[in-house]
Amino acid sequence: MEKEVKKVQITARRRFFTSVAQGTGLGIMGGLLWAGYAEKAKGSPLTLRPPAALSENNFLRTCIKCGLCAEACLNRDSNIDRESGKPRPGTLKMAKAQDDATIGTPFFVPTDVPCYMCEDIPCVPVCPTGALDVSLVTDKNGELDFTMMDMGIAVVDPNSCIAFWGIQCDACYRACPLLDEAIKLEYGRNERTGKHAFLMPVIEMDICTGCGLCEKACVTEKPAIFMQPRELALGKPGDHYVKGWDEKDQERVANQSEKDMTTHGKRSQEDPTDYLNEGVSFE
Amino acid sequence: MSVSRRDFLKSSAAVAAAGAVGISVPQEAQAAAAKAESNWRWDKAACRFCGTGCGIMLATKGGKIVAVKGDPAAPVNRGLNCIKGYFNAKIMYGADRLKTPLLRMNDKGEFDKKGKFKPVSWERAFDEMEVHIKKALKASGPEGVGVFASGQYTVMEGYAAQKMMKGGFRSNAIDPNARHCMASAVVGFYQTFGIDEPSGCYDDIELTDTVISWGSNMAEMHPILWSRVTDRKLSNPDKVKVVNISTYTHRTSDLADIEIIFSPSTDLALWNYVAREIVMRDDAEKIIDWDFVKKHMVFAVGPTNIGYGMRRAGEKSITPVRPDGSAGKYSALEMETINKEMKKKVSAKEAPALEPYGLKEGDEMKHTPGTLKHWEISFEEYKKSLEPYTLDYVAKIAKGDPNEDIEEFKKKLQALADLYIEKGRKVVSFWTMGMNQHTRGTWVNTLSYNVHFMLNKQAKPGSGAFSLTGQPSACGTAREVGTFCHRLPADMMVKNPKHRTIVENSWKVPAGTLNPVGNQHIMKIHRDIEDGVVKFAWVNVCNAYQDSASASHWIKAAREMDNFIVTSDGYPGISAKVSDLVLPSAMIYEKWGGYGNAERRTQLWRQQVLPVGDAMSDTWQWVELSKRFTVKDVWGEYTLRNKKILPDVIADAKKLGYTDDTTMYEILFANDRAKAYKSDTTKFPEQGYDDTEVLGDSRNVNGSDGKPWKGYGFMIHEYLFEEYANFGRGHGHDLAPFNVYHKVRGLKWPVVDGKETQWRFNVKYDPYAAKANPGGDFAFYGTLAKALSQGDLTGIKDKKKKSLKNKAKIYARPYMDPPEMPDENYDMWLCTGRVLEHWHSGTMTMRVPELYRAVPEALCYMNAKDAKEKGFKNGQLIWVDSRRGKVKARVETRGRNRPSQGLVFVPWFDEKVFINKVCLDATCPMSKQTDYKKCAVKLYKV
Repeated sequence: MEKEVKKVQITARRRFFTSVAQGTGLGIMGGLLWAGYAEKAKGSPLTLRPPAALSENNFLRTCIKCGLCAEACLNRDSNIDRESGKPRPGTLKMAKAQDDATIGTPFFVPTDVPCYMCEDIPCVPVCPTGALDVSLVTDKNGELDFTMMDMGIAVVDPNSCIAFWGIQCDACYRACPLLDEAIKLEYGRNERTGKHAFLMPVIEMDICTGCGLCEKACVTEKPAIFMQPRELALGKPGDHYVKGWDEKDQERVANQSEKDMTTHGKRSQEDPTDYLNEGVSFE
Repeated sequence: MSVSRRDFLKSSAAVAAAGAVGISVPQEAQAAAAKAESNWRWDKAACRFCGTGCGIMLATKGGKIVAVKGDPAAPVNRGLNCIKGYFNAKIMYGADRLKTPLLRMNDKGEFDKKGKFKPVSWERAFDEMEVHIKKALKASGPEGVGVFASGQYTVMEGYAAQKMMKGGFRSNAIDPNARHCMASAVVGFYQTFGIDEPSGCYDDIELTDTVISWGSNMAEMHPILWSRVTDRKLSNPDKVKVVNISTYTHRTSDLADIEIIFSPSTDLALWNYVAREIVMRDDAEKIIDWDFVKKHMVFAVGPTNIGYGMRRAGEKSITPVRPDGSAGKYSALEMETINKEMKKKVSAKEAPALEPYGLKEGDEMKHTPGTLKHWEISFEEYKKSLEPYTLDYVAKIAKGDPNEDIEEFKKKLQALADLYIEKGRKVVSFWTMGMNQHTRGTWVNTLSYNVHFMLNKQAKPGSGAFSLTGQPSACGTAREVGTFCHRLPADMMVKNPKHRTIVENSWKVPAGTLNPVGNQHIMKIHRDIEDGVVKFAWVNVCNAYQDSASASHWIKAAREMDNFIVTSDGYPGISAKVSDLVLPSAMIYEKWGGYGNAERRTQLWRQQVLPVGDAMSDTWQWVELSKRFTVKDVWGEYTLRNKKILPDVIADAKKLGYTDDTTMYEILFANDRAKAYKSDTTKFPEQGYDDTEVLGDSRNVNGSDGKPWKGYGFMIHEYLFEEYANFGRGHGHDLAPFNVYHKVRGLKWPVVDGKETQWRFNVKYDPYAAKANPGGDFAFYGTLAKALSQGDLTGIKDKKKKSLKNKAKIYARPYMDPPEMPDENYDMWLCTGRVLEHWHSGTMTMRVPELYRAVPEALCYMNAKDAKEKGFKNGQLIWVDSRRGKVKARVETRGRNRPSQGLVFVPWFDEKVFINKVCLDATCPMSKQTDYKKCAVKLYKV
């Protein structure tokens, strides 16, 4: 009960401070003030950040909650409403108290408004602090490349995904802006019917940017495909073993340093001489 | 997302209230749920959407359909569905269902064309319809009363509508949206086989080695069939080949071994190229099955100067022609295209193809209105017609991607021909709207059979050209029942006096009642409204004001001219919006019904639930309307526009025992034959099921007489079905009895001795073929146009008609340009179509929240290079502008449809991206089907 009341109060204040920060451009002041709240209202690890965001910890340290990214997102050319001629709700929102993100920081919820992956990525270059790091979406030629975006990754729950039941859906596949690249269809034969095929969505982890257009398009009551931050959704194989059949995978060897090869497992804790001198019981 | 103090207080109060009641609430709820679980009822039905015809099962609980499952026993889909089918349980329950009749009225409660919609009773609604129909009959005769009918009518409501229109009002101005969908396929069937509908069936998919898709995005439009094609491909990936032939890249290309992107309209040249390969290589490679061809085929040709089905000079709305080029209600820009209806110059692109017909580049072609006329020619003449289609010529005119290497394109064409020709390789050609919505749709349909026939790869298990149908009952109702302006049930024609007599006898109406002039096809009805001839029009189970090209003209005519437009629908859409009276219709599972799918499979279902609000079925609406018209109201003498006299048949009616005041209801619907179909609610299939028309229902809706509706008392559904089915029985269209269809998962007609037919015309499988050609192999027993004069490519030389009983026809048909092509001012092709998520104009699927969320708006799919050159960003709003109108749409360069440079694709489901205001209402002049796939547009920033 008490907690709820606090939320209302925080919301009111948050509104006030946002307008101050945006109105005067005193980003730093906003940042200082908000540091106090960040402690109290911890962001959820499930938060999806704008494109080219630094890793969550660094992002939180660098973002000054100025709202310029959300403003750029709102006012982009491709966000004009067909009827009114005015901007539609933008993808990026600045977190309020009840949102699952550190208050004041930019984030998005794909089921509300997904990221449309604009080719000119208006939200990133406007970042004054590098919390959104333009180099992360800039290709070798120095040009912005929306395919380098990396907000998160799509995850499919095969139990609730109706394509895995044999329903001809693939709404997510067709909604994907990197069609047939980030989501591929895996074909399988339906032994039960004897004459139909499964067309099942499979995520290409290296290509999916986490834009959330598939989650928005998913027709199940609660989306069977949904976005997660990469750190949370993905495992990581060690770079000491690479796929012998995949040349690209072998590039991971570069991550290995000869200097770090010594392992310090529990079994290695003891000095070998000490170990040997313990002797072996033969009773 | 912020929580206001007021919201907070409200929610905490709710929590407190729940807390006070304690734990007993969920327990009670649980008990109730458990009881309900044993109370829901499963019953079978057909899916509401496309022509695939999937079987479904509906779970009904407490008077609502609460769930759906694919019917595991249904042979088409074996328990599966696509995502439209997945939402069948939700389509009837949008919060904005129409629940009561609505009439435009002034403050005094009088009808007022400029008034606002206000609720009225059913009685008042029928009063208004009666008045306005009588007014229309007085002003224009039977040609003044029109109906926009549907390929989504149930069999029974389509039959009721056509019976009242043709038998009651003596008007043939009833034409379905199926005209927009497969009329070219129908004329193709008639011209080739002399009888409508495909020879093969879906089993061909599992049996074939090759699936060639022509102008059909099966992957999105027939997903369950596509999953069967996919399974067939997976079963033997090296042997089974899939080819996608289209004007742009779409989802069907995903599975394709070969993708051929062609320039719009040049599918005519592609088919002729394959035919040329067959004919020219025959001497060396013995490709043609001459035994089959000599026994079963003749060669034929028709005129080429047939125009494009647009308005013709002299029609009221394009008169007078003004010095600035504008004419009547049409702008100078519009007339630039319409003028080609009367004459045009042979272009460089089409000149080689027209050379065997005696035409050369620059010649003026004077067009006469489209004609079905054709005559027999020799094989040598046919061969001459193919000579121009060399690989070089065809590749040059047909290559649709300007950035593709022409040599690569040629290799694909050769590979295509080789797949057809390969000895022993089974081949199925599928097509949908690409070949049907085409200003030469009939031609391109007939060209498909040429190739299959010469190779003897038609009407055989695993081989055949197969027209896929768009709508759930385009075959079952629009075509088989005959709700077209020119048709009667079971392939009979209004212009054939013998056919009229058969129908008049069955209906017990006087000889001469039926109107022999059936030319008011769907575009003609729109044009007749604009010309002020049709004064009353009724939209049934379709959205005629959103689905017709050049839409602004028809909307303006409906809103601003002296006429009365009625729309019956489940939901308010564009057609309802432009109407004067809106009637709330029962939706699919709120009534007994039946559909027929693309493989000739008839499927019936029972009423599952009561309609929402005061909604009533379209059958009921037609039958109630018939009560308002008596013999003296409708059966007097009329003079038609062409000066033909429809005789006064009142005296003859009296000889049949009717009086001046006998109602059409008594004659057409509640006659002695009908009443013999007794309702028995203690027996299958009626036992335990609602039947609003027969029994009335617990809503006690006040009916057309203002009194609570109590039902007709006889089994009207069975009567309508059986009377209709009797026309086809014994004539190659045999249907099983009504009750049988309530037990089985559909049957493919002809159903003879209780057995369905998989491959027609094939003696092994089709009892009618076996009867026509005992001991033989095939019999193409269709009877339409089966005696021809003789001639050559340029005309008839010997008028004497030669019978070609049991034979089919191979046609010489040239490549020709469509009437509107990109030029300097309008530099892009526009193609329209559907998306998987939405059905037609979206009145149902846009109301399913999940489907709306998946695809909330229609996008303008275009090539990224074109977007870049024009300075468009992805997602940006642009104008798509033609000579007729413009719409705002969002650019999509990365989507499911990937046009080559020079073409854009915009789907039509979204009434807010009203693309039919941009499209051209040119049609195939033979089939009268609109070409929604080709017009010229320019694009620019909003």
